[in-house]
Amino acid sequence: MPERLSHELKSVMEKLSLGGQLVQYLFTGVTVGSIYGMVALGFNIIYNVTEMINFAQGEFVMLGGLIMVLCAKVLPLPMAFCVTLAAVTAIGAIMERSTINPLKNATVLTLIIVTIAVSILLKGIAMFIWGKDPYMMQPFSGTEPLHLFGAAIQTQAFWVLGISGIVVLLLTLFFRKARYGKAMLACADNAEAARLVGIKVNLMVLLSFALSAAIGAAAGAVITPISLMEYDRGALLGLKGFGAAVLGGLGSFSGAVVAGLLLGVVESLCAGFVSSGYKDAVALLLLLLVLFVRPSGLFGNVEASKIKKF
Amino acid sequence: MRRFGKGWGGSVTLTFCLILVWSLAPKAVTAKEPYKVGAVFAVTGGASILGEPEKRTAEMLAEEINKKGGIDGHKLELVLYDDESDETKCRTRVTRLIKTDKVPVIIGPSTSGNTMAVIAVCDESKVPLISCASSIKIVTPVSERKWIFKVAPSDSHSVERIYEFLLKKGIKKVAIMTVSDGYGSSGREELLRVAPNVGIEVVADERYGPKDTDLTAQLTRIRGTGAQAVINWSVGPTQILAVKNWKELGMTAMTFVQSHGFASKKNIELAGGAAEGVFCPLGRVNIPDLLPATDPQKKVIMAYNEAYQGRFKEPLSAFGGHAWDALQLAVEALAAVGPDPAKIRDYLENRKNFVGQGGVFNFSPADHCGLTKDSFEMVVVKNGTWALAQ
Repeated sequence: MPERLSHELKSVMEKLSLGGQLVQYLFTGVTVGSIYGMVALGFNIIYNVTEMINFAQGEFVMLGGLIMVLCAKVLPLPMAFCVTLAAVTAIGAIMERSTINPLKNATVLTLIIVTIAVSILLKGIAMFIWGKDPYMMQPFSGTEPLHLFGAAIQTQAFWVLGISGIVVLLLTLFFRKARYGKAMLACADNAEAARLVGIKVNLMVLLSFALSAAIGAAAGAVITPISLMEYDRGALLGLKGFGAAVLGGLGSFSGAVVAGLLLGVVESLCAGFVSSGYKDAVALLLLLLVLFVRPSGLFGNVEASKIKKF
Repeated sequence: MRRFGKGWGGSVTLTFCLILVWSLAPKAVTAKEPYKVGAVFAVTGGASILGEPEKRTAEMLAEEINKKGGIDGHKLELVLYDDESDETKCRTRVTRLIKTDKVPVIIGPSTSGNTMAVIAVCDESKVPLISCASSIKIVTPVSERKWIFKVAPSDSHSVERIYEFLLKKGIKKVAIMTVSDGYGSSGREELLRVAPNVGIEVVADERYGPKDTDLTAQLTRIRGTGAQAVINWSVGPTQILAVKNWKELGMTAMTFVQSHGFASKKNIELAGGAAEGVFCPLGRVNIPDLLPATDPQKKVIMAYNEAYQGRFKEPLSAFGGHAWDALQLAVEALAAVGPDPAKIRDYLENRKNFVGQGGVFNFSPADHCGLTKDSFEMVVVKNGTWALAQ
């Protein structure tokens, strides 16, 4: 009898109120969305300095995840996180020095195609090192999910939100206060003028690649315990992040974050309340709609977008 | 006199044989042309978890066959390509196998989507294809699939076995979640088609993309429907995500059933502890040690197991078994009728009682798969490994 009772109790618990469902979807959406946002930030940093789109951005996320899995096996978590960041930052810098920098007078389009080549190369190297299986990693703090309004939230989701919050905060400070941050913004406004006042544009480009690689790595490292990571996941994350960057207005940092979150939440709500089959379609539809109404994106500067090449 | 005559006849025969052997033996080594078998597997890309063991198995088996003297003295030449889990690339590779390499028979591809993409090519060129994928559409309608065979059990076999098992447990309301690729949509169709026939009600029908990072939204929706069991149909990382999210959402009171695509022990490892208690239908090739000695497949499975484990140090998967069956059938056909595509096709269509890794096959003009739902055993994940489900 008690056994039956507990079984009935369980089946009641299995059913979730509408509010609980909403909380569940929102949290899932915000978590995935903040990853999209971070990828979009990476796109924007490089775009702002060079006017090019780095299609290897998703690959930084993949590398961040896989290197983190490797490091977490031998190092304590904070150390592993730092080593991962350093390693992927170095990869980003090497990428810039070996493929972007030597092309002195290349057009933006050529450079973009070069980044596509690099992304294929990085994917291939990752496949060679890690194989084709997905990799799993334990959450940073405890596997037991948290229960909020009946919804079960993975503790890792808070890590994702926290880390992306810190990334946004640090970036804002960097661009507002730091000398190099201001110099990078100056390159974004007008590279020629920046060069005239003595800013080493060359160095700023390197810095932008290193920085966006680091952000990608952070995103990869925190999302891996939730989503697993395998060598070919970068492309889709990159694509979603690019969608967020365009949605928010290319070049706009706050736009990237808001659009990333929006994309994640819309996807999740659609999967929950409409149909999981149309999830990706709805995200793309949203992107199209915004571009029809506001071609410069939600937060893009209309004036500025007219003089940019993309 | 009689004794003498017999002895004389015997020595004549012996001499004749010696001459025959002497004259044929060098030819067998030098003059006999190699027999080609084409193969295309998803060695890289999203379905590589299928294609990798298939490639390894096919290459291992081909080596074994050549070590034993080839097919009737002909060296077996395996022409193997990677389709990168991509339909367009798969079609290019198959066309190349037929037009450039001129193979008389092809094994693979690994996935249902890719197989569907190359059916027309094989049909036009009249080259038999032994697919390693599971969708029933690969071999039906049989009138339009003259040149196509498959060695993987159909989704319907797997679905029937799952429903039979759930009904035995007293479960009638199920939720299904499927991935939006060829494998998932074919499984979804069968799940929805068979359910009303056996008295199962499908109360939720959720879908997701093959590279999705999170499935909690789908599971949360399912949670609200009062389903007693959830059946997940996908291969690759999403099937592990589904199990992880099911555990994290605390939905373990709901029976979780995976498709036969879960059939690799690596999946249990990847899911960490989350896979405990997950049911799935498995081919016997996954559980050589659990099979009773009376099982007709025990012998071939154990031999394959020993060779594969000894070489690659990883457990068998059903997928590798499909490659074994496909190549073995192709080789048998070549040995029986030679490298003539039409004759190979006829041979395959009438092959009965072929004891392979995936089951005991009985092909016929009406059935180009030759398996039944009994080629599956229901198993449960227990202490990080498979156990027969009661």
